[in-house]
Amino acid sequence: MTILPTKMPQARQPITLQINGETRELQVHPWTTLLDLLREQLELTGTKKGCDHGQCGACTVLIDGKRINSCLALAITKDGCEITTIEGLARAGALHPIQEAFIEHDAFQCGYCTPGQICSAVGLMEEGHARSREEIRELMSGNICRCGAYTNIVDAVESVLEDSVL
Amino acid sequence: MKRFSYLKARGVAEAAQALAADPQAQIIAGGTNIVDLMKYDVTCPDTIIDINGLDLGDIAVVEGSLRLGALATNADTAYHEAVQSGWPLLSSAILAGASPQLRNAATNGGNMLQRTRCYYFYDPSTPCNKRRPGSGCGALTGVNRIHAILGTSESCIAVHPSDMAVSLAALDAVVSVEGPDGQRDIAFEDFHRLPGDHPEADNTLKRGEIVTAITVPANQFGQNHTYLKLRDRLSYAFALVSVAAALKLDGDRIGTVQVALGGVAHKPWRRKDVEAQFVGQPANRETFVAFASALTEGAKGYGQNDFKLDLAPRAIVRALEQAAAGTPQSQIHKVVA
Repeated sequence: MTILPTKMPQARQPITLQINGETRELQVHPWTTLLDLLREQLELTGTKKGCDHGQCGACTVLIDGKRINSCLALAITKDGCEITTIEGLARAGALHPIQEAFIEHDAFQCGYCTPGQICSAVGLMEEGHARSREEIRELMSGNICRCGAYTNIVDAVESVLEDSVL
Repeated sequence: MKRFSYLKARGVAEAAQALAADPQAQIIAGGTNIVDLMKYDVTCPDTIIDINGLDLGDIAVVEGSLRLGALATNADTAYHEAVQSGWPLLSSAILAGASPQLRNAATNGGNMLQRTRCYYFYDPSTPCNKRRPGSGCGALTGVNRIHAILGTSESCIAVHPSDMAVSLAALDAVVSVEGPDGQRDIAFEDFHRLPGDHPEADNTLKRGEIVTAITVPANQFGQNHTYLKLRDRLSYAFALVSVAAALKLDGDRIGTVQVALGGVAHKPWRRKDVEAQFVGQPANRETFVAFASALTEGAKGYGQNDFKLDLAPRAIVRALEQAAAGTPQSQIHKVVA
């Protein structure tokens, strides 16, 4: 006779997410992070795993329009939410203005942190609390760039901020 | 990460019952601390109780007091118009902590309940009385640059990492909790505890109790406040020493002074007895130096954190000068004025 532990970790459970505008009915383990769900189950590998501990910002995505670290979000707790990843920012073949600005200002070298930087910058624009270069620096501090492209990243975000104010 | 079961709570009572019934169960809200701890196997709940669907997200001013739902996010709280106008010290402290992404996910209840960032607590291969009671303290004679200088014990010299909690301590907040035995209110100074012989307990919550709201009374500090946070880099780092200071001036004298310290103890460090001694004294540097000395009375270094013995009183003096001048520390321009 097999003796089962009194508490079996549960099997996958159903959740529904809107991912980049598409409704997805998914089965997830309770311990699967949103980051791992995106990358491993949905093959949306644009979102990057850096530290996996909420320290680097490479995994930044937008949930219901707000930027968060997807590595610290259990997917099951986001049932019913709208997720936007780097793959979902372009519209009808046109890049998002932040994406255009990153190219224009050469705001990356290796590119690993870039999807997180761009999603974070989109979230920053939406929040509307950054008006100056100093505020952009402070409010982009959750995204680490080990190549040190910070100066151009701030240039890129500042250029879009100026355009949006005009 | 160890595997676990998942329960979506439909009400506070249900969540409290589930928590009380299972000693290995834990609550998840924003998840920014507990998921991190689970990844390191620092904490291994067998059931996660998800309270995100509960109706605890309101931010409102009720009869002059600020009432923060436990599930309101740190970002929504810090940028709330009423908080920025009536409780700017709280807003400033929140914005001094973490990153925008973390503040968007982290909740007010979770912020207060976050665990220490002591290196030994975070590393299951080392001894830690907080993580594994009775196993010893690696920090006492180890790497302890970030550790406590006040209220320590031979069991634990960890510090509480929250910035928000330091401001709530200074502002006389009250924590409302609900558990199997009903609801109760806990004065903020009684919410967190010193380590003593039981560093595994960060706070005075009873098993099964869930934080539902935090109430911050009205105040008359105006612009005479500051949250001064000193750390190894200018953003996105935990405090080595922080000071939440609020003053009500009576001419050029102190009418009321309320000061709490972060980064120096197992809980936000406040001494109401010291504050009472300084009422009526001139609001000048000489007084502030005496106040800082009294507030840090009994401080003890453990080697690498000896620098805090100088840094803490100096930070208190600077913070009180900022508060007296009505020039709160900017969390954007990090130059300490």
